[in-house]
Amino acid sequence: MDAAQHEDVSKHMGQYYVVFVALLCLTAVTVGVSYLHLARPAAIAVALVIATVKAGMVAAVFMHLISERKVIYAVLIITAVFFAILLLLPNLTTFEHHSGLPGT
Amino acid sequence: MSETVIPYMVKPHPVTGIPNGKFGIWLFLASEVMLFGALFSSYVLIRTGMPHWPPEGGLSSEVLNVPLATLNTAVLITSSITMVLAWASCKMGSLPRFRLWMGATIALAFVFLVVKYFEYSHKFHLGHTPSHDNFYAVYFTMTGLHGLHIVGGIIVNGYLLGPGTKLWAKDPEHFTNRVENAGLYWHFVDLVWIFLFPSLYLL
Amino acid sequence: MSVKQHTAATGNGHGHGNRDHGHHELPFWRKYIFSVDHKVIGIQYAVTALVFLFFGFSLMMMMRWQLAYPGQPLPLIGNLLGETAMPGGVMAPEFYNQLGAMHGTIMVFMGVVPLAVGGFGNFVVPLQIGAPDMAFPRLNMASYWVFLPGCIAMVASFFLPGGAAQSGWTSYPPLADIAPTGQTMWLFAMVLIITSSLLGSINFIVTIVQMRAKGLSFWRLPFFVHAQLVTAFLLLLAFPPLEAASVMQIMDRVAGTSFFLPTGLVVSGEPLKVAGGGNPLLWQHLFWFLAHPEVYVLILPAMGIVAEVIANNTRKPLWGYRLLVYSVVSLGFMSFVVWAHHMFMTGMGTTMSTFFQITTMIISIPSVVILTCFIMSLYGGNIRFTTPMLFATAFLPMFAIGGLTGLPLGLTASDIYLHDTFYVIGHFHYVVAPGTLFALFAGVYYWYPKATGRQLNEKLGKVHFWLSFVAINFVFMPMFFQGMAGLSRRLYDPTVYAHGRGVQALNVLISWGAWGLGLAQLFFVVNFFLSLKKGARVAENPWNATTLEWAAPSPPGHGNFITEPVVYREPYEYSVPGKSNDYSPQFRAEG
Repeated sequence: MDAAQHEDVSKHMGQYYVVFVALLCLTAVTVGVSYLHLARPAAIAVALVIATVKAGMVAAVFMHLISERKVIYAVLIITAVFFAILLLLPNLTTFEHHSGLPGT
Repeated sequence: MSETVIPYMVKPHPVTGIPNGKFGIWLFLASEVMLFGALFSSYVLIRTGMPHWPPEGGLSSEVLNVPLATLNTAVLITSSITMVLAWASCKMGSLPRFRLWMGATIALAFVFLVVKYFEYSHKFHLGHTPSHDNFYAVYFTMTGLHGLHIVGGIIVNGYLLGPGTKLWAKDPEHFTNRVENAGLYWHFVDLVWIFLFPSLYLL
Repeated sequence: MSVKQHTAATGNGHGHGNRDHGHHELPFWRKYIFSVDHKVIGIQYAVTALVFLFFGFSLMMMMRWQLAYPGQPLPLIGNLLGETAMPGGVMAPEFYNQLGAMHGTIMVFMGVVPLAVGGFGNFVVPLQIGAPDMAFPRLNMASYWVFLPGCIAMVASFFLPGGAAQSGWTSYPPLADIAPTGQTMWLFAMVLIITSSLLGSINFIVTIVQMRAKGLSFWRLPFFVHAQLVTAFLLLLAFPPLEAASVMQIMDRVAGTSFFLPTGLVVSGEPLKVAGGGNPLLWQHLFWFLAHPEVYVLILPAMGIVAEVIANNTRKPLWGYRLLVYSVVSLGFMSFVVWAHHMFMTGMGTTMSTFFQITTMIISIPSVVILTCFIMSLYGGNIRFTTPMLFATAFLPMFAIGGLTGLPLGLTASDIYLHDTFYVIGHFHYVVAPGTLFALFAGVYYWYPKATGRQLNEKLGKVHFWLSFVAINFVFMPMFFQGMAGLSRRLYDPTVYAHGRGVQALNVLISWGAWGLGLAQLFFVVNFFLSLKKGARVAENPWNATTLEWAAPSPPGHGNFITEPVVYREPYEYSVPGKSNDYSPQFRAEG
């Protein structure tokens, strides 16, 4: 290991600890909010937003995505598109399902 | 020893900027996104198809053990930072400190599984098995598959902590790359739990 | 830690790669069984796949007896398969269903894909990009050795009580949820096969992106490699949802969950004792999310092979190379958003039905573009009708028929009538059988010399082609008419219906065509084995081709190439004006 890599990593250690603490705090927040028993849509939105922020920090900092290469971004963007399709389309189709009986 | 040398196993490719292993693990994680994505999509489809959730009444947070799961969330988050520290120790050239932090990561993974064991056995005790209703079917299947991924991580990390360290002597950069790739997998497992925990326990 | 080196796949093994740092003979089991050499693994996949193609075909040949002569005892083998499957030598309906489900499963997952991707992909891609092996040779070996147990489990399921899976290759619940044990084995085997596929796709993508030879930019890649790259992405991202669904169906069957079991389900007059609350259509969504991209996995490598063979045997560049690449990429992307055209009859609302109808119509465009480019590639060519070229040329009209007959299925209105009839069977078999399978045969005849150092016999090859081509059309063309007459698929005895009796004569025609097609394959099998010992020996480039694999010895040895290959030009520089030769290989410095 050369000195440059040594330095590189030790500079980032601070970031890692900040994210660690932030993750624990956001966990407490998400549990705390659940006790408020918000209305269903708001509860889902808040929980998912907090989860996305947490996940984003893990991905960006712990997984080094913030400084990753284009090829990895390309793979992940393609995956995100298909993930969204997989999440949305079966559910949209089910909502519009008709049993074939009149009036349904 | 004769060898077919595979280019860019350790050094990054001049155009993509990454070595083969890192590319490979990200592709694997992309497939895992689709795997868990299918389960999340199924969860939404099944849940929205039922009039009440949980079907027997009450709230998910009443039926499932939120304190234990919160503890487990903290355990996994901590194991993520220890994993980062394990990798950083490699980058900074210290095998003993790598051993310490990787050991901690594995230990925390075991704690996660032990807590899960208590959660599961309590449910079984109450007759709340996967066949009881779809709430439990979803809960056990999703957390079970996630748990299997934790086991997989323990095996990989255990290998790196144990027999895998032989590579450190021969090629420390290659070993560090392996630790980083294992870390990417481990953080992903944490990431899945970050979504699983509120989706199953709190909503 | 570098990967150990391995000797050539078969035969000569002369020619040592420049990356050979010392010679070390491996024991037999490391050289041929647990090999990490992509050429050995490719041949393992190819041979395994060919065995299962013949096995899957045999299952169908038995079905064809029941369809042509319903209720008649099966000659010769009728009494060999036991009283449960064949009481009195007559096929039991349950056994017919097993044959049907397993024929489809085996042909798709253990035949075509392992041959097209595992076989041709593994063997040819590293050679065509000038690499010494795949990016992850040990992962490659693991892929094969996870695949094979999956295949064995699949076949072993015939011996379980209740027999093999018998709910169609599509395994729809609720039926699949309550089917005999063979279905659980099917699910378990699928998990293994899917895992093998995922590991393989990772290998292909990393190899193609990271390990190309110097001078081999993306726009100089042979079309075959582009096709395999897109295929790998399809496998990577489309398979996991089926793996998830398989886990859920296993849970339903083994743990008593109700993922796919609706409330109030009654089986044989008794309410099923499950919690309910599930949705059978959830399985269909997850299954088809994979299975539609899967059919593009079936066709894309075939298109790749056809491209290589056509360019080589017309002695001119492929027409519209860039157009082909853009088309194959858009085909790959679109394949992820059409799946519910398999579900038009499930009560979907008009908005979603329209959405999937539109995407399905759009996806036909890149297919047509690709076919047009191939046809245009023939125009003005100096055509050599070698056996590979015969198969590749036949692919064109056959794929056209397959593709065109898909259109009424993609349109919701006509699909109402045609869904689950023999029309569907005719459509998809045209694409996969005289389509993909012919392209795969072209690939075998084309690359056999590279893999073995010997040519396959041309006369036997031509007989194999013509007999197969005629027979295969007798098998599948009548099915369109049966389907339009309303004959349902997966029907044990068509003659119970008047509309079935009306087209029963066609069943006899089809069956004899199928048995003839089976016999025609003997010419291939004999040729394959005979030529290993007696075939004419060849040097590196018997076809005077331009792509990189023809720079390596036949068969290639350690590290594939004698000197590190460098690429100087585009992949299909045939008949370049002003040059003395009618081909300028990519790997030769001066034209």
